[in-house]
Order: sequence, then C-alpha cells, then structure tokens
Amino acid sequence: MSGVQAPGVYEGAANVIAAGMLLLEFGMLRQALVRDQVRLYMAQSALISVLAIVIAADRNLPDLYALAALSAALKVVAVPLVLRRLLRRVGFDEEETVGVAGSHTLSPATAVLAGIVLAAFGFFCFGALGIHGSAAPALALALAAAMVLVSFGLMIVRRDVASQAIGFFSLENAISLAALVVASGLPFILETGFLFDLLVAVVVFGMLIRAHHSRAESLSTADLTKLQG
Amino acid sequence: MIAVILALLIVPLAVAIACAVLPARLAPVITPVSGVACFGLVLALIPAAGHRDLNYLSYLRVDALSEIFLLATGFLYGAVAVYAVGYTKHHNKDQDQQHRDRYARRFYAGLNLFGWAMLAAPIMGSLALLWIAVEITTIVSALLVAIEDTDGAAEAAWKYVLIASAGLGLALLATVFAYFAGSQLLGEHYNLAISPLIEVSKNLPHTPVRLAFMLAVLGYGTKVGFFPVHTWLPDAHSEAPTPVSALLSGALLATSFYAILRYYQVASGNLGSGFPRDTLLAFGVASLLLAALYVFGQQDIKRLLAYSSVEHMGILAIGVSFGAPVALAGVLLHVLAHAAAKGNAFMGAGVFTVKFGTKKISALRGGLDVLPWSGPLFLIAVFALSAMPPSGIFRSEFQIVYGGLSSGSYAAAAVLVAGITVVFFGLTASTTRMLFTPAPAQRALTRSEPSAWMVVPVLAGVVVLLILGLHPPGELTGLIARAVTQLGATR
Repeated sequence: MSGVQAPGVYEGAANVIAAGMLLLEFGMLRQALVRDQVRLYMAQSALISVLAIVIAADRNLPDLYALAALSAALKVVAVPLVLRRLLRRVGFDEEETVGVAGSHTLSPATAVLAGIVLAAFGFFCFGALGIHGSAAPALALALAAAMVLVSFGLMIVRRDVASQAIGFFSLENAISLAALVVASGLPFILETGFLFDLLVAVVVFGMLIRAHHSRAESLSTADLTKLQG
Repeated sequence: MIAVILALLIVPLAVAIACAVLPARLAPVITPVSGVACFGLVLALIPAAGHRDLNYLSYLRVDALSEIFLLATGFLYGAVAVYAVGYTKHHNKDQDQQHRDRYARRFYAGLNLFGWAMLAAPIMGSLALLWIAVEITTIVSALLVAIEDTDGAAEAAWKYVLIASAGLGLALLATVFAYFAGSQLLGEHYNLAISPLIEVSKNLPHTPVRLAFMLAVLGYGTKVGFFPVHTWLPDAHSEAPTPVSALLSGALLATSFYAILRYYQVASGNLGSGFPRDTLLAFGVASLLLAALYVFGQQDIKRLLAYSSVEHMGILAIGVSFGAPVALAGVLLHVLAHAAAKGNAFMGAGVFTVKFGTKKISALRGGLDVLPWSGPLFLIAVFALSAMPPSGIFRSEFQIVYGGLSSGSYAAAAVLVAGITVVFFGLTASTTRMLFTPAPAQRALTRSEPSAWMVVPVLAGVVVLLILGLHPPGELTGLIARAVTQLGATR
C-alpha cells in the first residue's frame, strides 16, 4: 500500500469548504455588480459557519456552535444587510447600470489570471511551510493563504469603495478560515471579541463610504488623488 | 495597583461617553481633567512596574515594557487634552453654535475614546486583546481623521481605514499563528496570554513563530508606518485635526511598535536574535531612507512632520536590531522623547495653522514675529526632533548609535547617522524659513498667541524633553533597565 490515505470526514470537509470559499473569492474578483459580490460574500460567510459546525461536531467543541451562530448572524445577515441598505441609500443601483464595470482596473479575465497567480503563490508557499497539527489540515490552511492574497488582489484591482470594503470583509473571512483550521480551540471570549470588532469595523466602513459618496457623488475612488507626495 | 490599572481603563472611556451625551460645553472641562488624571495614574504605576510584573487574571498585565509605552501615551493624551480646549475654541469660528456644539461633542468623545484605546493596548495581557485594542485605535482614529468633513479628510480617512485594516488583518493572522505555536505546549485552551508564551518561547515550534513574527512586523508595521506600508500615514496625519495628528504620531505609532516588540520577545526567545533583528533592521533602514528622501520639498507642514515620524519609527526599529543593552535603553527612551518632541512639533504647527489659516509652508512666514511663545517653542521642538542637545532625543539617539557601534553594526550605525543628518537638514530648511523669513507686508498679522491653552502643554513637553535629556529620574532609568532585560539584550 502507498502511504497516501483518504482524508477523514473532518479533514475532507474542511478542505472542500476551503476550496469552495476560494472559488467564491474568485467569483467576487470577477463579478461586476456589487450586489452580486454581496451575495457571494454571504455564501462565503455561510460556508465559514458550516465549517465551524463541522469542527464543533468532530472535535467536540461546543463553543464553536455558538461561534457559528454568532458568525452567521453577523456575516450572513447583518453585514450584507448594512451593505445593501447603504448601497440603496446612495443610489448605487442606478449608478451601476451606467458604469457597470467601470471600477475594474484590469479586465475580468486579466484580474482572474492575476488572482490565479496570487492564489498559487500563497497555496504553494504555505503548503511548503508544513504547518499542521492534530486539528489542522495543511491543505485547508494553504487554501486560506491563497484566499488572503486573492482578497488583497480584489482590493487592489477594484476602484470603488464598496468593492474595496467587500475585499476587506472577505479578507476577514479568509483569516477566520485560517483561525478555524489552526486555532479552533481559541477561547470563545476572544473569538467573540474579534467578531465584535468586525461589526464595529463594518459600521465605520459604512460611515466612511457614505461620507465619500456625499462628497464625490459616486463610489469611485478614481478621484482620490489629491493627497500625494 | 489593580485599582490604578482599572481606573486607566475606565476614566477615559467614561469621559468619552460623557462627552457624547452631556451638554457640549462640559466636554472641554472634563477632557483635560481626564487627560491629566490618566497621566498621573500612569506615573503612579512606575514604582511597581519597575520592580515586578503586574498580572491580573491573565488578561491585564503591566510590566516595565508596557509601562514605558503607557508613559508616552499618558503624557501625550494629557497634553493634547489640554491643547484641544484652545484648538476647538478657534475651530469652526464662522459656524453657528449648533454646528460647533455637534462638532465639539463628536471630537471630544472621539479624542477620549482614542486615548482610552491607546492606553488599553499596553495593559492587555493577551496578544488577542492587544490586537483588538489596536484595531479599536484604528477605527476610532479613522473617524477622527474624517471629522473635518473636507475632500482631503474623506480621502485620507478612506485610505487609512482600508490600508490599516488590511494590515491589521495580517496582524490577526500573526495572532492566530502565535496561538497555534503556543497551543502546542500550553494546551488547546491557551488564551494567548503574553507571559506564559514568552516563558516557553524557547521550545515553541519554529515555523509558526517565524511566520507570526513576520506577519506581525508587516501587519502592525502598517500602523507603525514602516516602508513600504506607510502610505496612509502622511495623508492621515496631515488631514486630521491637529490634536489628533499629535496623538497619531507620538502615541499611536509607538503603541503599534509595542505590539511588534511583544512578538519580538517571543521570536528572539525561540529563533535566536538573528532573524528578528535582521527583519527589523531591513524595515528600519528602508523607512529611514524613505523619510530622508521625502522631507525635502514637502509643501504641507503636517506632512513634513509625518515623514519625520516615519524616520523616528525607522530609528526605533534599527535600535532594536542592534540588540546591545545601551541601544535598547536608547530605543525605550526614544519612545518617550519622541512622544514629547513630536507632540510639541504638531501642537506648534497647529498654532501656526490657526494663526495663518493655512498648512502650506510657503505661506507660513515670520513666525517668530507674530507668535511670541509658539514661534520659539516650535523652533525648540524641531531642534529637539533633530536630536539637538540637550533634548531627550539627543540622548536616546546617541545611545542607539553607540549601541550600534559597540555591537559591531558599523554599516547600519553609519546609515543611521547619515539618515538622521539628512532629515535634520530637510526639517530645519523648511521650518527656519517659516520662523525667520519675514512675512510680506500686506500679510502682516498682529503679534499674539491664539490661546494660552495651546502654549501650556507645549511648555510641559519642553520640560519633559529637558528632563529626559539632562537627567532622567532614577525610577525611570530603573524602569528602562528592567524593560531592556525583558527584551533580552545580548551581544
């Protein structure tokens, strides 16, 4: 027999969910409409909660059930709600129909190619580090690293504040994935602290997006070039 | 001592809430009281922290290292809280009372909350709570940067919140890997407490520690202002209200550097001193060189001072990389002296902008003629920043350079001296023109100070700089010596 073994249920589930999250990240990268990006973000956040439940069941960590519920309430319900209300309020729907893909600095195909390069770099670098423990599938961790880099790519290639904010929120999802994979035993109070922080960050991002929109009359960052040198 | 620590965590927060809900006229009364009281509380911690580590419930912790950063933040929060009274009196003068009240309420609430988060960060006994505190400083200060409601402020705030939050995302990853490393020895329910992690650092797995340290330097380094992740810094410093700029520069950058030092303690205990020091040296030298390039040709006085902050953070990183005890003592003294000097420089620049109505260096002329106190005090602040004796920065930089030479890092010490000298020329070239070149006759202003509230804290800063430069008190040198031991000085 060769040394390769089929992964267990937990490890297999973690890897599949991580791969699904990375695919959704690519979806956000190429998606032109912000409201579709919000949907993809919701799906990605839902996957995180599913993974938390799988880990909770597999490793008998009851805290993680509560964390999964909190995370779902925040990232699947609250954050998308805040973002959608914000987009409606600033009239982004009409704006998008005028300049749908205007915020891309690269064409979607080029952006996805760049994303693949970033993802491969992150995946293989982390894979080579060989960080894994009893509860840490190395593959899922490498996928989380790939996601971190792609979400940075998303923030860089889009030139509107809404997409950049979603890029940041998905970066946080990637970090949550890494945290679940290597740090699932982290005390609940600290995990809650991180989530609370995210909530406050979302509100502040929202306030700044509104401030930006009220001044610039658009969500584009193309005119944020006054401060240089 | 737990009462003092709890008071530090409660007073500024309570005052922030009070500023938000009480009538606006009370905010300028309670804020200076809170600022000065917090500085007093921080001073009260010196004797205890100089002799032992104060641990409470494993979530609160003050040792000599955190006390140094508490002192820097406490002093600057106190000074700025007094200064802000004069600043807000002259701000929005043309607006109606209702608008001014709303601004004052938001400004003072934000300022106190910002002070609270920065005081809380070094008290946190867990790397996870430290991250949360630093993230709160980002969120609050981003709102304070945006408070002016101008195009520049909106742009700076957006860049700041996005870049700093992304950086802190990396710092969170560092926290996750620190947990992973710690949990291998300390068990699954390890709560990221700093003390046990440092104690077992020698036996932690190397790869996660190395990764956590790199991510922490890059992540928290975004908030420190290290090249190449400094890009938010000059924008935010120049567009924020001046009291906030002073706090950003003198206290916030140092607080983020404190977070890096905690990871440095773990990393050097685990990996030996080579890798962590080389990493800091690379970031430090790059930041210093960038600042040396950019101080020339700056048009905006606050941007000029912001690049000086990048320089000083580079100096701190280089100082730690030298590793010699005298260099580390210099670094910790530098944190204190830089807080006082940069606070003074920003507060002085704030008086200029109030008096002249502009931040453009080319329009600021004849400062010594029209500002009888703030003119000379600004000159003193700039000279102090440029390490002129007898300022505290002269002593600290002298120690750092001496430490570099004594540890055999000749090339780095030479780059350090060259960089500091170039920045000195850049800073003084611009600022002496502001002070000594007479103003055009048609733009002559009356000779007066906008407000005594904006002079008194600067005088206090000069006193601190002189004390640090001429004869640091014995208790302080004892505190620094203990912190140097904690940082594991060798070589």
